[in-house]
Amino acid sequence: MDLRFTPEELAFREEVQTFFRENLPPSIHTKLLESKKLAKDDIVSWQRILNKKGWAVANWPVEWGGTGWTPVQQYIFQEELQLTPAPQPLGFGVTMVGPVMIAFGSEAQKKRYLPRIANLDDWWCQGFSEPGSGSDLASLRTAAKREGDYFIVNGQKTWTTLAQHADWIFCLVRTDPQAKKQEGISFLLIDMNTPGITVRPIITIEGGHEVNEVFFDDVKVPAENLVGEQNKGWDYAKYLLGRERTGIARVGLSKERLRRIRELASMERDGDRPLIEDERFREKLATVEVELKALEITQLRVVAAERHRTDNKPDPASSILKLKGSEIQQATTELLMEVVGPYALPYQPEREDEERWNEPPIGPEWAGPVAPTYFNWRKTSIYGGTNEIQKNIVAKAILGL
Amino acid sequence: MDFDLSEEQRLLKESLDRLISDRYTFEQRKAYGQSAEGWSRELWAQYADLGLLGLPFAERYGGSGGGPVETMLVMEAFGRALALEPYFATVVLGGGFLRHGAGEGLCAELAPKIAGGSVTLALAQTERHSRWNLADVSTRARRDGTGWLVDGEKGVVLHGDTADRLVVTARIGGGQRDRDGIGVFLIDAKAPGVSRRGYPTQDGLRAAEITLAGVRVEPECVLGEPGAGLPLVQRVVDEGIAALCTEAVGAMAVMHELTVDYLKTRRQFGREIGSFQVLQHRAVDMLVALEQARSMAMFATMMAAEENADIRRNALSAAKVQIGRSGKFVGQQAVQLHGGIGMTMEYKVGHYFKRTTMIDTAFGDADYHLRELARRGGSLVAA
Repeated sequence: MDLRFTPEELAFREEVQTFFRENLPPSIHTKLLESKKLAKDDIVSWQRILNKKGWAVANWPVEWGGTGWTPVQQYIFQEELQLTPAPQPLGFGVTMVGPVMIAFGSEAQKKRYLPRIANLDDWWCQGFSEPGSGSDLASLRTAAKREGDYFIVNGQKTWTTLAQHADWIFCLVRTDPQAKKQEGISFLLIDMNTPGITVRPIITIEGGHEVNEVFFDDVKVPAENLVGEQNKGWDYAKYLLGRERTGIARVGLSKERLRRIRELASMERDGDRPLIEDERFREKLATVEVELKALEITQLRVVAAERHRTDNKPDPASSILKLKGSEIQQATTELLMEVVGPYALPYQPEREDEERWNEPPIGPEWAGPVAPTYFNWRKTSIYGGTNEIQKNIVAKAILGL
Repeated sequence: MDFDLSEEQRLLKESLDRLISDRYTFEQRKAYGQSAEGWSRELWAQYADLGLLGLPFAERYGGSGGGPVETMLVMEAFGRALALEPYFATVVLGGGFLRHGAGEGLCAELAPKIAGGSVTLALAQTERHSRWNLADVSTRARRDGTGWLVDGEKGVVLHGDTADRLVVTARIGGGQRDRDGIGVFLIDAKAPGVSRRGYPTQDGLRAAEITLAGVRVEPECVLGEPGAGLPLVQRVVDEGIAALCTEAVGAMAVMHELTVDYLKTRRQFGREIGSFQVLQHRAVDMLVALEQARSMAMFATMMAAEENADIRRNALSAAKVQIGRSGKFVGQQAVQLHGGIGMTMEYKVGHYFKRTTMIDTAFGDADYHLRELARRGGSLVAA
């Protein structure tokens, strides 16, 4: 047992750091450091830089452009993306629909879509949740009816993240309304430019536009866009959700946030001393750091166990990653609220859009995104299966209750 | 980076597991606890045969040169068993002082005896007023020719009632809480001037209040540098904290297993109580607390041998915070989810709860270490 990284692993980290330092555009880096929104172009151009290097789809099999890295290398790469910080390759393609196609798609689908996912020529979004199907996802009702060489799709998806940028959507649709609810679902790829699709923004509590409603009104989808077998979509969805074992904890992101909190709390004064010297504040900071250190080790345990894994059963420790990871991320946003103090108040959404805005900021330069981030980050214990649903899963799958 | 055990470590773990299941049922433990010394001499001899008592000592002293991982395996197994023998006091703490503070002659004399099971040790450090401040020492040592004379009172000395030798901290100079001026002395527990009042502890172990009145210490029994003993004490205590963390994880794991089993068998309202969601979620919260504690116990194990004292102390403080908090949550909820049966002396779970509670009070509780971390201020998670 040795929890230290090997010299080879450390050298690999150095290589990743060097590449990021030399190739990440400073404008993108600054936006991330200051918790500002990335434009679509920022995400596309960075993913193409990674793709040119061969690192855009690091987790894929080598034959489809993956790197063949060990689980520990994958972990280091992910962590460096978060620590730098640099944009994550777009997850809907790279960690969701891509791996599903690789596992279950046809050769034609792989050849057609996978290279375009890697280069972000196609922006994918995920059509799972519906207005009546959130935690109970398998109750979804969006219908796909086979007519000749096409499926005709009718229904509505919601919480569709970044659908406003998307070229394609991968959907769970009901293809057999008579079957048991999990057994009548299929996995369908739909071109967002098909007639009959309408995207409507949902503005979340902080004022941002990340998620959307997507409406399907007699949308004609070629039958060849079915992934795998008809009515087996639920299995593919479970495969997709089970794959992201470690990324979800976002330990690197929380580390970077804590670094920033220390930096800002050392600048921000409380009376005649910096806030960082306040004993109570330091104890709160230390509390989050202890939790995060524990989560980091838990995550490393899961990563290390990957190489012994023969089945697809989740590691008991991995169930903790989503639960604790979301709580810790949220705790960092609360600490930052405490650092900014009264200047959390001004609502300055225009400052997200640098080009249009030339007024000076209200309050500290960095204050604008603090409260919106706090409000927005409540989502982390809701999306991807609420923390309460996670606990149901752990109780059943791991504790056997 | 790897979390795997070596072949030897796997064998050690297997033999520990076998030992515990053969010799440490709840009923057997009760019998050991009711013996005169409060623990089993027979098992102690068996630990010696298995090489557990010589684990951390070099081979030339009759040991096997094990490190923190080997200690972790033993302590986790003993945590699962709620073992009563003075392993922690003798081998982890006492052995730590020998390895880091004793000269060649003393090691050569004592380590083989510890490894063979004929000598036990205890750390007499705490005083009535000192709480967890290792520098708060008013027991005094004064020069007496080439040796020393020690006077003072030590409290809550774990296994101090049966120990053959006592590791005693005493001040040779400076004020009561000065970091300088502390010496560490190895004292024969039967030496003239030593009086001991032994008693049972809340968690079924034994401890003693000890009075030292003009106890003579020979020069070869001084550990570390007289007057500069604090770093030695700190180092051994840090290793001790790592060991306690893994013991606590063993105890927490059993509490979680007992609780989940109980939820599956206890029926009320015509069904297993484990079918109620509020109890399922509580059991999951316990699992999260346990696994976070396990991770921090591994971190503590890895960092216990760190030479940089500041880095080491931050790591061990962080681990102790996590263990204290997880231990309290898992322990309280284990009793709660068992309901009335969890409150009874004749059922196991309460004994584990008491042990993890007392581990929190050893060498600084969760709040103490959180304050220490906050005071020292360094980041734990800097990349």
